[in-house]
Amino acid sequence: MQLFTHIGRYFLLMSNVFRRPEKWKLFFKATVQEIDKIGVQSLGIVALLSLFMGAVICIQTAANIDSGWIPLYTIGFTVRQTMILEFAPTIIPVIMAGKVGSNISSEIGTMRISEQIDALDIMGVNSANYLILPKIVGAIFIFPFLIIMAMFLGVTAGALIGVLADLLPLADFETGIQYDFRPYQVVYSLFKTIVFAFIIVSISAYHGYFTRGGALEVGKSSTQAVVYSIVLIMVANLLITQLILT
Amino acid sequence: MIELKEVNKSFGSQHVLHDISIVFETGKVNFIIGRSGSGKSVMTKCIVGLLEVDTGEVLYAGRNFSAMSNRDRKEIRQEIGMLFQGSALFDSLTVEENVKFPLTLFSKMTAKEMTDRVNFCLERVQLEGSNKKFPSEISGGMQKRVGIARAIAMNPKYLFCDEPNSGLDPQTSIVIDTLIKEITYEFNMTTVVVSHDMNSVVEAGDRINFVNEGSIWWKGDKQEILRSSNQELNDFVYASEFMRVVKDNIK
Repeated sequence: MQLFTHIGRYFLLMSNVFRRPEKWKLFFKATVQEIDKIGVQSLGIVALLSLFMGAVICIQTAANIDSGWIPLYTIGFTVRQTMILEFAPTIIPVIMAGKVGSNISSEIGTMRISEQIDALDIMGVNSANYLILPKIVGAIFIFPFLIIMAMFLGVTAGALIGVLADLLPLADFETGIQYDFRPYQVVYSLFKTIVFAFIIVSISAYHGYFTRGGALEVGKSSTQAVVYSIVLIMVANLLITQLILT
Repeated sequence: MIELKEVNKSFGSQHVLHDISIVFETGKVNFIIGRSGSGKSVMTKCIVGLLEVDTGEVLYAGRNFSAMSNRDRKEIRQEIGMLFQGSALFDSLTVEENVKFPLTLFSKMTAKEMTDRVNFCLERVQLEGSNKKFPSEISGGMQKRVGIARAIAMNPKYLFCDEPNSGLDPQTSIVIDTLIKEITYEFNMTTVVVSHDMNSVVEAGDRINFVNEGSIWWKGDKQEILRSSNQELNDFVYASEFMRVVKDNIK
């Protein structure tokens, strides 16, 4: 029963979020700030994870190819497919749910318990629209760039480790990453990413916005935001993959 | 003038406000006093629209606020200033930006006019020169004063103050009380102060409403409150040793 209450409240909140901003100038300014907070400040962690994951996938694949019948370019192919289809568009958003989601939830939750949201409401500001819409637009805008960067860095790291560790010649890796390449898969990945960006921000904002109590509840909201975001990312991933790729 | 007519509010089976009828007069500091849990905060939230009343009417100069849609309420909301218990300043904005915030959103002022208005409001609360500081860099009393400056920035007709003295030392409390009183008279506002601080009531109160168990138990002015024979009111007013000494002196 409580699930339906949450779903209803979530959609009511979203109906308030997707309204015309009070002042477009302020909205654009806030959106740029969110792009910086959500995207630019996450560049380091995304780059680091992508580099290491690309390198590890390359080593793992090479280590598991023990048959001479399997061509070496399979390593490049596997690195590319893993990075494009799942690691960049799904695992990176899961990590971002932890970093960005908890931040959004605790920021809005703290504003709620310190009456800052009440202050906005009393002034006549649509607080949901003012606080949440720039975050959603900012995340939807910047996530695809982060994911493209993650794909590129992962594949590059795979190539580097493959050559440096003498796992395969660069030419074989190049053949692998070009083999049966379907640009549509990149489109599919970017679409997934946009959906996940929306899930992370909206779910986290929802938990923050309806925080009641004190500091302890802000922490709980933050944890719930991360957990529910990840669960919904997984469910959405399954649905989107089933609908688009099969 | 703000008028409440037979306002009721419940949370589930808990009936918090019972048939509240009350008038808050213009140009006066109207206090709502009462014990913790008596319903005064719920009443204030109903008046400003943070909570919806179950039955009854909240009238702002005759306009039925409680029956309006959110869109229609916007016009009245821009006539309301509110000072929150914890000041509720926006952490990420400077003092100047906090005061300027409602002007940026709702006024048609130029940048220069806005800056002048912000400086006027900050001077009015004796905070000139603090424009560039963040809320975390100023004291609790200064935060309250910034809260007042932000509340009066839009030149409101109605000012609400929720526990304006909580967490402040007695001297700073008097500064805040005096400020609330002065700006009420200066701008002819309808001011509603929620408090359980009797010093504030005596310092700034023009009209006092005592709330007990979700009902208005007593109304009057500060002279009357000290001489009232209402037992519940006396238990509240003279709970402290200090006020009992005051009572003895009155006798």
